[in-house]
Parts: sequence; structure tokens; C-alpha cells
Amino acid sequence: MTVALETRNLVKRFGGLVATDDVSIAFQKGVRYALIGPNGAGKTTLINLLTGVLRPTGGAVILEGADITGMAPHRRVQNGLARTFQINQLFPEMTPLQTVGLAVSERQGHGREWWRLAGGKREVIDEAAAILERFGLTDVMGAETKVLPYGKQRLLEIAVAIACRPRVLLLDEPAAGVPEEERHEILDIVGGLPDDVTILLIEHDMDLVFSFAQRIAVLVNGGLFMEGAAKDIAADPRVREVYLGEGGHG
Amino acid sequence: MTDIAAAAAVPQISPAADARLMLAAAARWRWWEFAVWIAALAAIVVFPRNLLLLNEIAILALFALSLDLILGFAGIVSLGHAAFFGVGAYAAGLLGKFGYGDPFLGLAAAAAVAAVLGFATSFLLLRGSDLTRLMVTLGIALMLLELANREAWLTGGADGLQGVTIGPVLGLFDFDLSGRTAYLYSLGVLFVLFLLARRIIHSPFGLSLRAVKQNPLRARAIGISVAVRLVAIYTLSAAFAGVAGALSAQTTQYVSLEVFDFIRSADVMLVLVLGGVGYLYGGIFGALIFKLMQDYLSAITPQYWQFWIGLVLVILVLAGRERIGAQLTRLFAPLLRWRRA
Ligand SMILES: Nc1ncnc2c1ncn2[C@@H]1O[C@H](COP(=O)(O)OP(=O)(O)OP(=O)(O)O)[C@@H](O)[C@H]1O
Ligand SMILES: [Mg+2]
Repeated sequence: MTVALETRNLVKRFGGLVATDDVSIAFQKGVRYALIGPNGAGKTTLINLLTGVLRPTGGAVILEGADITGMAPHRRVQNGLARTFQINQLFPEMTPLQTVGLAVSERQGHGREWWRLAGGKREVIDEAAAILERFGLTDVMGAETKVLPYGKQRLLEIAVAIACRPRVLLLDEPAAGVPEEERHEILDIVGGLPDDVTILLIEHDMDLVFSFAQRIAVLVNGGLFMEGAAKDIAADPRVREVYLGEGGHG
Repeated sequence: MTDIAAAAAVPQISPAADARLMLAAAARWRWWEFAVWIAALAAIVVFPRNLLLLNEIAILALFALSLDLILGFAGIVSLGHAAFFGVGAYAAGLLGKFGYGDPFLGLAAAAAVAAVLGFATSFLLLRGSDLTRLMVTLGIALMLLELANREAWLTGGADGLQGVTIGPVLGLFDFDLSGRTAYLYSLGVLFVLFLLARRIIHSPFGLSLRAVKQNPLRARAIGISVAVRLVAIYTLSAAFAGVAGALSAQTTQYVSLEVFDFIRSADVMLVLVLGGVGYLYGGIFGALIFKLMQDYLSAITPQYWQFWIGLVLVILVLAGRERIGAQLTRLFAPLLRWRRA
């Protein structure tokens, strides 16, 4: 097994608060992970450290064997690491078509072309249209993102990340705020990504977690509490106590 | 417009083809755009006595267009855009003074000098809030003003740069007193640079700028280097402003320290807001409104004309362009219906 993404003794302090506490974890290539933990455990902070949105106080991040601790966020994306945000981060006055098309065109390396009309490259449009169709966004692809219903925006948030064609995909509560019956649909699309894509899913809904993840990492108070096969985690009494035992999540 | 309607009427069209049409439609010329340029050209015949004013409008429009590139399309605020106008004006003026009076040579030099200054100072704007950017741009323009004032041996200082001689455009058309050549020349340059700007904002690069403006966090998260894009557009905007300055120097055959004046930076912002930010024509409409108001109001109240411009600005910003636009649309709706029928 090869390691896709790894952290070594990662630490993030916000003043006196230790949001990430000496986390060392390796994510194997092609494995679907869930990252669970109570509110405020430091899950989002960990993703922000992995993607370069935050600089760590200490430790290292390694992507496919290369140290990327100091690498700019956009370079990490170009190196195959994409994410979604817990709170939608979209372009309010652009359409889903423009948004996904832009992500595809950037990935294909056309982003600096100023002499060509956007929409002129067939391979960009075809891929963008296919992604939009997979997410059921075709009928709204020409509407401004800000007028879309929340559920559609949430789908777009994931579609954009997938348009980056990542080898490692980090999903920060992608189903949050999505109606119960549509949640599985979202994760089915994500689960349908190629087998060699490594996925890390943050999710509070245990049904989703267990139906999606092969392995689970548990974060408590910023530290890695444990990491293991999904069924072992589910059976572990300590995990039940600190996390599952809380009786679901708010 | 009929093409979009036709596309929408065919439901079996594939999503990809549909998408292609949709993106192409965004860049298509609208009827009123043709009208704007035809009117600008027709103005030569219709207002033969006002060609000097029209020339000023064209130059101001180009200057405002350059500001629109950074403010409207990349979200960079500036209170010192006159810095680029000024170096462009001095570059072209000095060339003219020292015997290199070819107009296009002057434009190229002005664009180059302003672009270098824009590139160098863009790095100061990558970090920081809008307030930081306002102060940094303001500060740079102030420094240039003082520099031009002190180096009077070169710039003429407070007396201005005299003895600027500009050759005929394309070696054929001399600048005349009526301003006919000047206006045609400025309008031509405005049109060419406008086409370039229009091309750029509808390109993948232009789309990425809008993304950077609307959400830099997400822009980075799809692999866009925000810094590189901002440096690029700032440099281009500076070059445009430099050309505007050069046009001013060449058509008036004079450069004064006022090219760097804070008032000029503030006015161009005002012009752009008057005309509307972020759709490329704001600079043109704004310059037209601003100059006409200035011309008309200063004739009746020489001292207080700025009062009325200020009033219009305040109303526009407080009431919101959309709301005023909606009111106007409602007002003219019957007319539009009639036109379509
Ligand atoms: N930028 C910041 N500045 C200061 N404190 C922060 C910052 N970001 C996060 N924190 C704190 O770090 C801790 C971990 O926050 P984080 O958002 O990573 O938790 P989380 O596990 O994602 O929680 P949730 O399940 O609610 O999303 C919290 O106590 C939070 O208040
Ligand atoms: Mg979180």
C-alpha cells in the first residue's frame, strides 16, 4: 500500500487553544476514510492545515511522498489535493456552468489564456457538462449560483472539487444541511469516483459514516484518538464512550 | 438574442452543446453596444464644435476603463490611479519634447513605463484590506507628484512640460485646432483597447479574475494562483491608464503636475461609479455624464458645479443603481413592448 497523504506531528495553536494536537496519521491510497469527532474537535482545522488554508504551528504535511508543508494552497490543488468546505465557498455571481467550467479549464492549464473566449474549448465544456449532469445541475447551469436553493449549492460545492480531478479529496461535512433522503445520493456520487482516489469524509451522521468509510479516524480535543477499520472503531468501547455514546450529534 | 431563444426552444439539445451556446452568448455583442460606437463616431459630424470636449471624454473613458479592469473585474480599489496616467503622460510628453513625436511610439512608451510601474507596485497590494490598498495607491501617486515637482529640470515642475511637439498620426493626419484628429485618434485608441479589454474579460483568464474577486478562498481551492492573476490585471490596467495619460499629453501637447493629482484619481473613481462598475461600458457612460455635467454646470455655476456631481453620486450610491435601473425599466417598459411588437 502506498501512502497518499500523511501528517507528522502536526500542531496548530490558536493563542492558548491547541486545535490540532500532535496529529500523525497516514491515509492510504484509494481508501475511503471518515474523520469523526465532537464539535470543536479540530476536524475542519485539520483539513485547513492539509490544504494550506492555515499554516501549522509545527509538524509536516506530506502529499504522495513530497513535503508540502510550506506549499501554497493553489499548488496543492494542482498536485491533486482538493476539498469542499463546511460552509459553501462558491462564486455567487457566476453560474454553475462557469464555476465548474473554470475549475476544469484551470486543471487543464488554460487558466491564463486571455486571448481566447471562455467556452471555446470542447474538452473543457464536455467535461464540465458531464460533471454538471452527474450532479443533476444541468437544468440550473445557467442560473447565478446565489439564486440556487441550498441543496443545489451544496451539490455544486462538491462538483467543483471533483472538477479538479483530485487524487486526494477532502470533504468537510458535504451532507450538512441536505435533506435526509438526498444525503445518500451525494455520497453515492462521491463513492462512485475512481478506486484510486483517496477520500477523507468528515461527517456526523453515523449511518453515512459506516456506509461510506472503510477506515475511520477519531479526533478528540485536537488529538488523534484512534484510527482503524470501520468495524473495529464501531466496536471500540472507548470510542462509543467519547463519541458515539453522546447519542448522536447536534 | 434570437439565437439564445432558438436554442432554448429546442429541448433535445445535448447539455454540452447547450453549455457551449450559453457561454458563447455571454460574449456576444448586444445591439446597444453597436449603437454606442456608432454614436461615438457620428459625434464628429453632429457636434463638430465640441470635438475638444469629445476628445477629453474619450480619454477619460479610457482612464475609467483601466480602473474598471481592476475595480470591476478584480475587486482592487485604488485612490492613486493617476500615478499611471501621470507617468504615461510624462513618457509621451518627454518623447515629444525630445524629438520623438510619433504618436504611436509615444503610446507604446507610455504603456510600457506605466506597466513597469504597475507591475512593481502590484506586489504591495496582494495582501491587506481595501483600506490598505486605498492608502498604498494614494501614497504612491503622492510620491510621484512630489518627485515630478522636484525633478523640474526634466518635467518642468510647476510650470509644466512645455515644448511638446507631436507628429501627425500615421504620418498623415496633423493635430488640428478643431480637435478633429485628436478625437478620432483618441476614439480609435479607446476602441482598440476596449476590444482588447472585452476579449480579456470573456476569456478563461477573465473568468478567473471574477472568481478571484468573488471568492479568493475558493479560487485558490480550484488551483488558481490569486497573486499571479492580480499582478497580471494590475499591470494591464496600469498600461491602459498610461495610454490614457499619453493621449492627454499628445492631444494637448502639454503635461502639468496635475496629471498626478489626487483629484484625478478620485474623479476617475467617481466617473466609474457614475457609469457603473464591472461591465466595461461604465467608464464610457460615466465619462460622458461627468464631462457633460461639468461642461453644462460649470457654465451656469462656475464655482459650484461639483456640488451637483456630488449630489448625483450620493443619490446613485445610496439608492443603488439596480433600483434606479428597475424604476427606469418600469418607466420605459411600455416603450420596449411597443418596440418588440
Ligand atoms: N481561525 C480560528 N481562530 C481561533 N480559533 C479557531 C479558529 N478556527 C477554529 N478555532 C477553534 O479551534 C477548535 C477546532 O475547531 P474546528 O472548526 O476545527 O472544529 P470541528 O471539529 O470542525 O467542529 P465542527 O464539528 O463544529 O465543524 C474550536 O475550538 C474552534 O473554536
Ligand atoms: Mg468543522
